[in-house]
Amino acid sequence: MAEKVLMKGNEALAEAAIRAGCRHYFGYPITPQTEITAYMARRLPKCGGTFLQAESEIGAINMVYGAAAAGRRAMTSSSSPGISLKSEGLSYLAGADLPALVVNVQRGGPGLGGIQPSQSDYFQATRAPGHGDFHMIVLAPASVQEMAELTTKGFHLADKYRMTCMILADGTVGQMMEPVELPVHTDEEPDRPWAVTGTRMNRPHHIINSLYLSPEKLEEMNFARYARYDTIREKEPLWEEFHMEDAEICLVAFGIAARVAKAAIQQARSEGIRAGLIRPITLWPFPEKALMRAAEQCLAFLSVELNMGQMIDDIRLATDCRRTVSLLRHAGGVIPTPAEVLERIRQIAGGAQT
Amino acid sequence: MPRIIFDADRCKGCGLCVSACPRQLLTLDRSRINRKGYHPAKITDPERCTACACCAVMCPDCVITVER
Amino acid sequence: MIVFERPNALTDRDTHYCPGCTHGIIHRLVAEVIDELEIEGQTVGVAPVGCAVMAYDYFACDMVEAAHGRAPAVATGIKRANPDNVVFTYQGDGDLASIGTAETVHAAARGENITVIFVNNAIYGMTGGQMAPTSLPGQITETSPYGRSPAVCGYPLRICEMLATLDGPEYLARVSVHSVRAVRRAKKAVRRAFENQLTGRGFSLVEFLSSCPTNWGMTPQEALTWVESTMIPYYPLGVYKDRSVREAEEE
Repeated sequence: MAEKVLMKGNEALAEAAIRAGCRHYFGYPITPQTEITAYMARRLPKCGGTFLQAESEIGAINMVYGAAAAGRRAMTSSSSPGISLKSEGLSYLAGADLPALVVNVQRGGPGLGGIQPSQSDYFQATRAPGHGDFHMIVLAPASVQEMAELTTKGFHLADKYRMTCMILADGTVGQMMEPVELPVHTDEEPDRPWAVTGTRMNRPHHIINSLYLSPEKLEEMNFARYARYDTIREKEPLWEEFHMEDAEICLVAFGIAARVAKAAIQQARSEGIRAGLIRPITLWPFPEKALMRAAEQCLAFLSVELNMGQMIDDIRLATDCRRTVSLLRHAGGVIPTPAEVLERIRQIAGGAQT
Repeated sequence: MPRIIFDADRCKGCGLCVSACPRQLLTLDRSRINRKGYHPAKITDPERCTACACCAVMCPDCVITVER
Repeated sequence: MIVFERPNALTDRDTHYCPGCTHGIIHRLVAEVIDELEIEGQTVGVAPVGCAVMAYDYFACDMVEAAHGRAPAVATGIKRANPDNVVFTYQGDGDLASIGTAETVHAAARGENITVIFVNNAIYGMTGGQMAPTSLPGQITETSPYGRSPAVCGYPLRICEMLATLDGPEYLARVSVHSVRAVRRAKKAVRRAFENQLTGRGFSLVEFLSSCPTNWGMTPQEALTWVESTMIPYYPLGVYKDRSVREAEEE
């Protein structure tokens, strides 16, 4: 068992990326993810990698596009306003079927918003990261340990399905320090026979492209991509269940909100209220089956979100609106207290009992 | 012997080769329509060609091969 | 003996360019240089958005299609990932000098070891003849129907002059393809721009003054005359920066 070290979430993520064999980082400073950029600037030149501070978020994501096209494990990181700028590149990465890892350590919005933790880019990440029909795999870490582990997983999923994987973190998990067991180094990268590395005059030229002027061909590409998405929906959902075995009230929360929810659930249980938690770890694909099972067992749902209510739509869709789904929301960087969540659980329990 | 060969089906009939020939030996062949629907370029007096390649240098479509 | 033929670094595909469009000449010059330097097998080209969007079908080397204006950033990613590859971008004026100005300027400022082929025809061709960042004052286009008015839309960008103020670039040259002589000179500049990359000297850009007979509403030959008579006075030809020459002078 490896030794645990005390690290910031952002730094654990960066170190895990290097240990996953990522040697190409392109980014632009923005709070609250700048530690990732700074960590990469320190470490990558020491291990034969490329760190480049790009002229913009747009530049950075397009450098990732280039490095990914060249067959390398590449990543960028940013925070909410910067991710909006990257959305063009995310669409092109999807259209060209290139693997990449993109990190969003979210802050409150819209606009310049604030610099405090938020989950208000849930819709952007899961619904519309850019123009056109496409998805990213979206992973939501709730601890420094998961910042590291999900980064490793993210690179593997990106390669497995030739698509972008996003780590959708928030300012809290990015900034807080916890003991973390770092993943072991893996330097091997998968074979990428489609990459543009020069024909060496012994094969036809490769073209990395997302332009298809024939409507039929473009439709065919979209259908092929969505067939892959179906496989991902089937095989890759990840979630954690907490006290769900006998739960009557199901809280749903991800990231830092899930940790607050857990504390509230423990207090509720001490009062005899049978509350439990489903914590989606993959936000796309959303753990629909787990939610549907919970809908058969629980009387009510409570979505706890650091936004004005975004994941709640997915809960309703996954449960086919069978149960009432309430919402505890905060925006702008305000984090709910366990006491506040507990009060809502009590209210729901009161309603459920009557 | 100096010789120029046209890949006539590639020709778009733009006429830049016609203007480029220092001896005015080229013309667009009004009696022909190629695969693309253009009157392709042709040489009127091949005997006088010096294979200077001016026509080929100005051709945007790599229609012309020049031999000497 | 063959003295002139289609270069190997072009695929067998016919281009979609309009009759007399000089994109075809510029493609061929790039391909000829790739052949002469024997680098096709290690070259990766980056295509733009604009008329040359389908350049990926025409060059026989590996190709990447970039988003509008982002080719220098994409090329940076490719070159940094695999420094042994020869990486070039092929971009029009809207791509390089308008929507992608930031990417262009910063790739140049970094002295990124890539080759940039910049095709300036003073108009947006692909979308049907709108004003470009390089359209001349008074030039009539679809979006400047009364002539480009500097009072309303400002002045054209002179990219070579602008980039020449930076320390980063190795080589900046403006060439033209309006005559046989100009084309032959232009090829030398392209060759320099690729050789600089092979010797690791850094960012090299060749700006071509190119014609757009269709959207200028001229015959192909009239368009070349317009390049010479109207574009060249505004965009003088020449080498705007050549660090190797300056170094030689300093020695």
